[in-house]
Amino acid sequence: MANEGVLRIEGLRKAYGDNVVIDGLDLTVQPGEVVVVIGPSGCGKSTLLRCINGLEEIQGGRIMLDDAEVDGRSKNIAQIRQKLGMVFQSYDLFPHKTIIDNVTLSPIIVQKRPKAEVVAEGEALLDRVGLLDKRDDYPRQLSGGQKQRVAIARALAMKPEIMLLDEITAALDPEMVHEVLDVILDLAREGKTMIIVTHEMSFARAVADRVIFLEGGHIVEEGIPEQFFTNPKTDRARAFLRTFEFDAVRSHV
Amino acid sequence: MDFGAMAEYLPLFEQAMWLTLRIGWVGILGSLVIGLIVAMITHYKVPVLYQISLFYIELYRNTPLLIQLFFMYFALPRVFGFGIDAEMCGMLGLALLGGAYMAESFRSGLDAVEPIQTESALSLGMTKWQVMRYIVLPQAVTLSIQSFVANVIFLLKETSVFSAISLMDLMFVAKDLIGLYYKTTECLVMLVIFYLIIILPVSILGTVVERKLRYGAFGS
Amino acid sequence: MELLGLDVLFKGSNAMRLLQGLGVAVEISVISVIISLVLGMLFGVFMTWKNPVARVISRIYLEIVRIMPQLVLLFIVFFGATRVMGLNISAELSSIIVFSFWGVGEMGDLVRGSLESIPKHQYESAAALGMNKAQIYYHIVIPQAVRRLIPMSINLVTRMIKTTSLILMIGVVEVMKVGQQIIEANRMASPNAVFGIYGTILLLYFLVCWPISMLARHLEKKWSN
Repeated sequence: MANEGVLRIEGLRKAYGDNVVIDGLDLTVQPGEVVVVIGPSGCGKSTLLRCINGLEEIQGGRIMLDDAEVDGRSKNIAQIRQKLGMVFQSYDLFPHKTIIDNVTLSPIIVQKRPKAEVVAEGEALLDRVGLLDKRDDYPRQLSGGQKQRVAIARALAMKPEIMLLDEITAALDPEMVHEVLDVILDLAREGKTMIIVTHEMSFARAVADRVIFLEGGHIVEEGIPEQFFTNPKTDRARAFLRTFEFDAVRSHV
Repeated sequence: MDFGAMAEYLPLFEQAMWLTLRIGWVGILGSLVIGLIVAMITHYKVPVLYQISLFYIELYRNTPLLIQLFFMYFALPRVFGFGIDAEMCGMLGLALLGGAYMAESFRSGLDAVEPIQTESALSLGMTKWQVMRYIVLPQAVTLSIQSFVANVIFLLKETSVFSAISLMDLMFVAKDLIGLYYKTTECLVMLVIFYLIIILPVSILGTVVERKLRYGAFGS
Repeated sequence: MELLGLDVLFKGSNAMRLLQGLGVAVEISVISVIISLVLGMLFGVFMTWKNPVARVISRIYLEIVRIMPQLVLLFIVFFGATRVMGLNISAELSSIIVFSFWGVGEMGDLVRGSLESIPKHQYESAAALGMNKAQIYYHIVIPQAVRRLIPMSINLVTRMIKTTSLILMIGVVEVMKVGQQIIEANRMASPNAVFGIYGTILLLYFLVCWPISMLARHLEKKWSN
């Protein structure tokens, strides 16, 4: 069982009509590994995560989770998705359910686990993301950062083998980014397998086992974070990293 | 005003009110069922059924109930050789008219639920049916509750044309009594009072619901 | 043709008479629509006043329009005027009075709704750019309000045309009444006329209302962003 939770992507191709978004991408993610995907907007990062979760129809290649193929049209896709926890950029909590119901709904109706057990676990997860006191509130009463922490707890409640995080802090006010990313750092420390798409470079550097730089639907460069961020091998990665810096206009001597 | 005459007419009006309520509520219940089914068909664009549904919605929304009833009560049985009970015809006619309106409000409710809601429910491993049952439908119904109340009031008002297919509803009784006894003022006053009894509670309930929704559909 | 009773349409001037009947219905709705539009605008602005008396009056008026079936209003005006007050007003005039009374209320509510739908920051940012009150209304508020208003008032027009079917019940000779007369006259010769005539009237109403509804939907979509 050592290889449980291996994700293998082979020759993945995704296009919207003539617009090719992902063009022959190969990637293998080992259990316990944290892979951070970065790249300019429109490079296909989010699409990649959506493909891994079977939310997009793919035009070529295949995505394997252990021995099962991830295919949005297949009958067992719901089973496979239970092993893949996903958190989206927008606050996608279910507005008509309380916080605890958001977390416990799918373990109860999808996995058919006993309610008492699920609720106890859900409370533990809420406690872990620091929101147990919001248990009976509705999503609209929470701040953006709090909502994303609930979304993470909701995904974890399904006990997924791999977490897929799609720019989960992109829509947040700056002061809320940290509280969300701290939860993720904690998960990484615990050895959770994760594929993370983000624009937060210092976070990427802190959390990643491996950084993947995506551009034009290809992996342009990959490596361990220290090497990638301090000494990128390709010009394109170097150009991309430079967009996060500003040159001083005034000198202060 | 002749209160003696009004007291005398009271049982007639009361009976007519029950008829209106019976047809009204059965018709509205029917329109809910039709509306939900048709809304799902148009939202998911189920082939063939989608085209039929669109035709149905346009036809019923763009013609008066009165002629719809005439057609169903006098014309169809004549050519296809079946009989239809007037009360049955009223209920069916109201359900079909209401179905077209309910379908439109439910559909816009379904359309208003963000696609990300469906995606995140799917990503939690729910089946399409579970997504509809637990996530999309409850939100869509809440989003369309305002137009739902408006439709109920509209349909209750529309019941006033039933006298045209010789159902002894409030209008029928009023017109009959006016013709017979010339107690016009009394009959008109009673007509107004009885329609208030039927529709005012729904209108008030609607206002309460609307106010509640304005402060956010869920929580607080 | 005979099975469906369509033959009756081509007898004598029957088709022409039906169209004339439809003309009466359309005429009554056009007159009522014009009155409703003009007075409805004024009423809508009146409703945005903060004056408590204005509020109570418009509230009661709107509730009457909202709750009372149009047919009840028709009965009240027609029978009330002729029988109770002894006024000699025709069924046509009663219809116009009722439809206008109803239309002004609905139109006023639409005007109020579309004026109030303009977010406060639109006024504020216009004011911040140095516009005066008239300029804010003329350049910012009214153009946006009108775009919300027009599709909804077009829908009011189709509702009015559909509601004209009711005036048959107070004896106006419009398309439905003409239809009944034709069916009655041909009862023996073509008993299936009931299908052909009512089917034709259904279609006529549809042909009048459907294009108008489509226009409203088109404008709504076009202006929704």
